[in-house]
Amino acid sequence: MPLRQSTNQQSGNNIVSAPFIASGQSISGVMRHVIYALCPAAVVAFYCFGWGILTNLVIACAGALLWESLMLYLRNRPITSYVTDNSALVTAILLGLALPPMAPWWLLLTGTFFAIAVAKQLYGGLGYNALNPAMAGYAVLLISFPREMSAWLAPLALPVADLGFFETVAWVIFNDLPNDVTFDTFTSATPLDYLRTEISRGVSFSEVRVSPVVGAIAGKGVEWINLAVLLGGLWLCYKKLISWHIPVTVLAGLGVLSGAFHFYAPERFADPGFHLFSGATMLCAFFIATDPVTAPVTPLGKIIYGFLIGFLTYIIRTWGGYPDAVAFAVLLMNFTAPLLDQYTQPRIYGAGQRKGGARNG
Amino acid sequence: MIKRILKKTLWQKPLFLKRQLKKAKQLQGGIKLQGFKSLSNATPVQTLPVPPQLIIPLKQHIGEAAKPIVNVGSQVYKGQIIAEPNGYISSPVHASSSGVVAAIEARPIPHASHIRETCIVIHTDGKDQWHPSVQSMPKPLALSAEDLRRRIREAGIAGLGGAVFPSAVKLKPTSEIGTLIINGVECEPYITCDDVLMRYHADAIIQGALLLARIVRPRKIVVAIEDNKPQACQSITNAINRFKAAGVTAANTIHAAQVPEIFPAGGEKQLIKVLTGKEVPSGSLPYELGIVCLNVGTTAAIYDALYLGQPLVSRIMTVTGEGLDAPGNYRVSLGTPIHYVLAHAGFARQQNAEVIMGGPMMGVAIADHAAPVVKATNCLLIKNTRQIRQPAASMPCIRCGQCATVCPIRLLPQQLYWHARSKAFEKLANYHIDDCIECGCCQVVCPAKLPLVHYFRFAKSEIKARGRERKKADVSRLRNEARCVRLEKIRIEQEERKARRKAIRKQVKPPDTNPDQSMPVSSNASSSEGVIPEAQTEESPPLVKHEDQAKTMVR
Repeated sequence: MPLRQSTNQQSGNNIVSAPFIASGQSISGVMRHVIYALCPAAVVAFYCFGWGILTNLVIACAGALLWESLMLYLRNRPITSYVTDNSALVTAILLGLALPPMAPWWLLLTGTFFAIAVAKQLYGGLGYNALNPAMAGYAVLLISFPREMSAWLAPLALPVADLGFFETVAWVIFNDLPNDVTFDTFTSATPLDYLRTEISRGVSFSEVRVSPVVGAIAGKGVEWINLAVLLGGLWLCYKKLISWHIPVTVLAGLGVLSGAFHFYAPERFADPGFHLFSGATMLCAFFIATDPVTAPVTPLGKIIYGFLIGFLTYIIRTWGGYPDAVAFAVLLMNFTAPLLDQYTQPRIYGAGQRKGGARNG
Repeated sequence: MIKRILKKTLWQKPLFLKRQLKKAKQLQGGIKLQGFKSLSNATPVQTLPVPPQLIIPLKQHIGEAAKPIVNVGSQVYKGQIIAEPNGYISSPVHASSSGVVAAIEARPIPHASHIRETCIVIHTDGKDQWHPSVQSMPKPLALSAEDLRRRIREAGIAGLGGAVFPSAVKLKPTSEIGTLIINGVECEPYITCDDVLMRYHADAIIQGALLLARIVRPRKIVVAIEDNKPQACQSITNAINRFKAAGVTAANTIHAAQVPEIFPAGGEKQLIKVLTGKEVPSGSLPYELGIVCLNVGTTAAIYDALYLGQPLVSRIMTVTGEGLDAPGNYRVSLGTPIHYVLAHAGFARQQNAEVIMGGPMMGVAIADHAAPVVKATNCLLIKNTRQIRQPAASMPCIRCGQCATVCPIRLLPQQLYWHARSKAFEKLANYHIDDCIECGCCQVVCPAKLPLVHYFRFAKSEIKARGRERKKADVSRLRNEARCVRLEKIRIEQEERKARRKAIRKQVKPPDTNPDQSMPVSSNASSSEGVIPEAQTEESPPLVKHEDQAKTMVR
């Protein structure tokens, strides 16, 4: 164990120099607040999808903590202080909410393995990962297991078969269903998926709009989850744990582009409301794109980053190969973050406008 | 309690313009800290007795250390110059009381790295007798600006806000001065010496400001006070009104301005931004904007120096903290050992109490309580280590950007930290590390509890050291090149000389008739002329030239 401590790169901070006061903030506290902010979404999702959400979250959290501890052990890092920073839990909860409810256990474990062990720990652990861990895990699953990843539960009253807790667990662990139920009876296309297929078949958006899958603004159930995420996100903004730049610009980017296309051809393109409250839009805007480690830090950088995520999300949703596009949009933009940081340094105090700009290059 | 200390950051609450402050400009960044000012600002200034021994460092100001002009054993009087300035940016040092010089030696000084510096140690005689040269002056306002400036320099006055930059240098009129700012902001928690000075000695400040106005001739004078000091503001306003009523026309240009309570609004550049909306260009001084900024304590010291003729031999300082019986403000003779001050303020040295010189944000921890009070000592803060946050085990940076939000310079501390850790000094320069004022805001809000300021100090000193090294290397490279050229020249000269000599010898040889007599002599002569001088030319003249070269390079 002494070896483990001495290899801790952060040790040796017993320096007595100013400032002599510190705020009570801590990384685990910040992460804990993010988890609190995700609670409304989890509750609404539970209401919409039932026990499947709970199994997702529990298995994802267990998996994430397992991989995190294992990797910390292998990397000779102090396990307790890093596992208790809650960052792995945030990743796990985001992944658990983003994956189809009632996802089989191996899917969750594979996803969390890629997210935590590969995307995060292999790149140096907390603070050093270039890509958003949750989205990296999600993208890998989406490419590797398309069938499982598109098998979404039908929300709310839509399912024909309502599974209880034990039946859900039996399905998740043993891939076992009650005799009278088949898998297809309780799954349905997600609203975004439905929109894609219908539009590509030539059905107009106004017809899609009145279908039973669609609720007041967007997909039934999904819109409520998005609203709950929005609520949690606004609370995070209020608590100053995230700045407004990224959420506002992600939503604006997506809203502006979808609005423009909808305005041009209302029957061929969905309206902004549908896009903003479908899929993982809100989760992306407030919780995924705002992941500080992988996002730019300068205000201007954040604004560019957010807009581009919004644009990319719309482009991939509309013309790409997948119904939702948040994961790819975020991952693509993650690569640009260091560059954005370098070229969008704020003008420092006392630097001439032009002079500062020139020196930044 | 920590949560209470950090209440809100500036950007959460837009500043409201005060009536007196028409052009309040927002200072970006900064944090709102709990002040703890009431611990020490309730009582007037008390004068601390002169200690039996004074330890007066030769360097209490920014710039070159003063040169001692007294010897061990000399009798000195209060206010007598005992060390004179050494260079333009320097300041004289005076005896703070009468007595005998006991030693001139290295003693611990209050410094972050616990170093020792040359100090003049005086054993006081208890008479506290002023030097005969200390004479009060009836009408200093009648003196010329140059005269006033000289007297300020001779009085050893340096910025008493903590930076201790020689004031006379600041007052050099290089461009037209529009605004003279008298800085009474005092934004660091706990410190109240400027507060009580303004409360109880407002007249001295105003008179000092009028003297300064005589030197720099500003269009207006602003006394800036943080809005958590209403009494100080009232007292200054009353004093201004008194002068106006007494018919002092210059007093019409003075007004008091409240600035919002935010750390570090009292920093010179930050205050200028808050008051005028202008930003001091990076790497230059405020006078380029037509602004001169001096601390209220300095202004009062200038009053003392010019009206009373008393040089800077004592200062008002705050002694405060939770571990004290009698916190408050004291007028302390410069050179008084810190333990003497602490003992008077009722500090029983506890096991785990720490003494900080300055405030909790930018102060330095004092390791040796025998270190003296210097011109920069505006506060001694005693806190139990339990209350002072020791840097806990820090976590990796998650780039949350809180530091960038609170940085008053709008730097990106997280990037600076990243590059400082990897010692990428060129990148650090690109990210303007030299503009960091080490205010500590970033470190206070950091959720990863990283010792950011420590990293920045390290990086800055390293960059400086490297700059010096590079200069040195350049000098030695130039020297070496010059040496090679010289040697080459000498070699060529010698070869020519040899060739010439050979030629001469050849010419001489044919008529050589008596080789047995002349040869040994000539060979000796040739060796003494040829070999030994050769060695000399190769060794000694280059050395002399070396020194010449070094001198010109240094110059």
